Amino acid sequence: MRTAGIDIGSITAKAAIVEDGKLLGTKVIFTGYNAEAAGIKVYEEVLKENSLDKSSVKKVVATGYGRNSVKFADKSFTEIMCHAAGSHFLNPHIRSIIDIGGQDSKAILVDEKGKVKNFVMNDKCAAGTGRFLEVMARALEVDLDEFGALSIKSKKPSKISSLCTVFAESEVVSLIARGEKRQDIIAGIHESIAARISSMVGRIGMKEPVMVTGGVARNIGVVRALGKKLGMKIEVSPYAQVNGAIGAAFLAASL
Amino acid sequence: MLKTIAIFLAGKFKKFTMRFKKSKTMKDYMMVYYSEAKSARLTRRKVAWITSGGPVEPLIAMNVIPIYPENHGAMIGASKMGGGLCELAETMGYSADLCSYARSDIACATVNGGPIGGLPKPDMLVCCNNICGTVLKWYEVQARYFNVPLFILDTPFCHTEYTKEAAKYVRAQFDEYIVFLEKACKKKFDYERLKKVGHLSHQGQLLWQAVLDTATNKPAPMSAFDAFYHLALIVTLRGTQDVIDYYTQLLALMKNRIARGIGAVPNEKYRLLWDNIPIWHRTRWLSEKFASHNACLVADTYTTAWCGALKYIDETKFLDSMAEAHARIYLNIGIDEMAKMVLEMIDKYDVDGFVLHSNRSCKPYSFGQLDIQSIVEKERGIPCLMLEADMTDERSFSESQISTRIDAFMEIIKERKAVSKK
Repeated sequence: MRTAGIDIGSITAKAAIVEDGKLLGTKVIFTGYNAEAAGIKVYEEVLKENSLDKSSVKKVVATGYGRNSVKFADKSFTEIMCHAAGSHFLNPHIRSIIDIGGQDSKAILVDEKGKVKNFVMNDKCAAGTGRFLEVMARALEVDLDEFGALSIKSKKPSKISSLCTVFAESEVVSLIARGEKRQDIIAGIHESIAARISSMVGRIGMKEPVMVTGGVARNIGVVRALGKKLGMKIEVSPYAQVNGAIGAAFLAASL
Repeated sequence: MLKTIAIFLAGKFKKFTMRFKKSKTMKDYMMVYYSEAKSARLTRRKVAWITSGGPVEPLIAMNVIPIYPENHGAMIGASKMGGGLCELAETMGYSADLCSYARSDIACATVNGGPIGGLPKPDMLVCCNNICGTVLKWYEVQARYFNVPLFILDTPFCHTEYTKEAAKYVRAQFDEYIVFLEKACKKKFDYERLKKVGHLSHQGQLLWQAVLDTATNKPAPMSAFDAFYHLALIVTLRGTQDVIDYYTQLLALMKNRIARGIGAVPNEKYRLLWDNIPIWHRTRWLSEKFASHNACLVADTYTTAWCGALKYIDETKFLDSMAEAHARIYLNIGIDEMAKMVLEMIDKYDVDGFVLHSNRSCKPYSFGQLDIQSIVEKERGIPCLMLEADMTDERSFSESQISTRIDAFMEIIKERKAVSKK
């Protein structure tokens, strides 16, 4: 059976199509201000790029913050459940997931069937999220995609002590003024995110193996800082950004 | 003025008042209560502002009208006026980290704002620190502002036990409290009247407990959201006949609903326990959100606080036992003791999950919640959910985040229940 998953996040909208346990295609676009339109668009594009017909898709599951704006979905589940299902499909041995998205981060414990055992989310604050990195990229005038590669060159990460995104930004600005190297500042930013996330993760107690998902998982600097902070080996989902959409598509198959 | 109160009460709780039709409604009682307090100058009665955990019975015995700024705070929250008043308090120089009840009350007093145009002016203030430390400074601020006498009842923290020294210390303050009242009211204290008031107070608390107990039934005839509403009388008028009449009626109504199989949530499938003060500005939204998952918050640790110390009350030694009952309330005991009470409630109400409101305003209530959550997870293995918000300040609420958390929490509960049924 062919099914689809649509994940409307705060920054990007993702779609995935699966068929009988196989991934057929994925697509990522910016959400913009209209979540409903983004859902329709990302779905149409994933179908078009993979030369698939809408009528061949039997079920659609929506997830993410905009899950209720996807009117054509048969059902919606939270991204917590979908990330669990997506990671389970990629590696059934995974017992913990750290999902770092645009406006929040979560730690999820899963059982051997890929079902959620427990979860914890960041509180109402942008620190430790993708948005935090975006703000920093702007302050540093560096493309966000270069963050990972630059930071792993750092020998002496700067210290970012502020927990608040706005204060951390002014801290970064003063580090720039002091002439600290970009790569050190970026490495410091990654360590600050890792510290923030590891204290959240500690609340539910991670079990290995751990997988990181969400858009921020594409940043090798954050992943390394996180692995170091947690003292664990961390696997990165090869489909980090679309992991939730893939999970949603798999859940659609069991409807 | 009266009209404002009536409109407020009718509007805020229309859903509930319609659901529980009875001869004399909460609206009627509260209207009479606030209008009597507002016209106290004319009737030559005294008005005392008192903290929610304070001993109100001596005031009733002295014919003083007790007014609760915290109850007012809840009304401010329910009418979504907390954010504005908190902002005003912040403009006055109070920190945004200060309790939102304190901020709204302090701000409201200066502008006679809020849903009922401000509280009637106090002739005295009675502050008991069994609920928190903030009330000390809050009441000192108000005592200076209104230039009225302040009585402080200091209850030592009771980690596990109520020591002899603590008993002596608290009991002695009750005598001082009576002297304070005699001076403020310029008349002798009536110990005979206190006996009667004490009896009514005890009966009222027993009735309130009986009302809450009806939610052990499946389906629960009332939810915690109903309890948040019906709570007002046991807080404000404890020790009067009105409380007895109201809860006797309410109890009969709940029993009738049980007999007819009517639940607060039409299709109750999941039963939950709530911890901490309600998110007053979002009770309707939360109630509908949980109901959409066929989940009913059948009990809470908050409304039980007004009958939680029943086991310490002895009518024959009212003043002594009252001292102990006030010192050993839920917020003045150690984490292990609190967790024990939570576990008892989980068993009593047979709940499937535990929802904890991490309340930015209420430090003593929120501090230690993570430990209580861990104890519950370990001892009972039920899913727990922590929601970060604020009881009155609607600026500390993120709807989409909370919505996702509740949905994910309910997904876990549904999954577990489905598995256990197989």
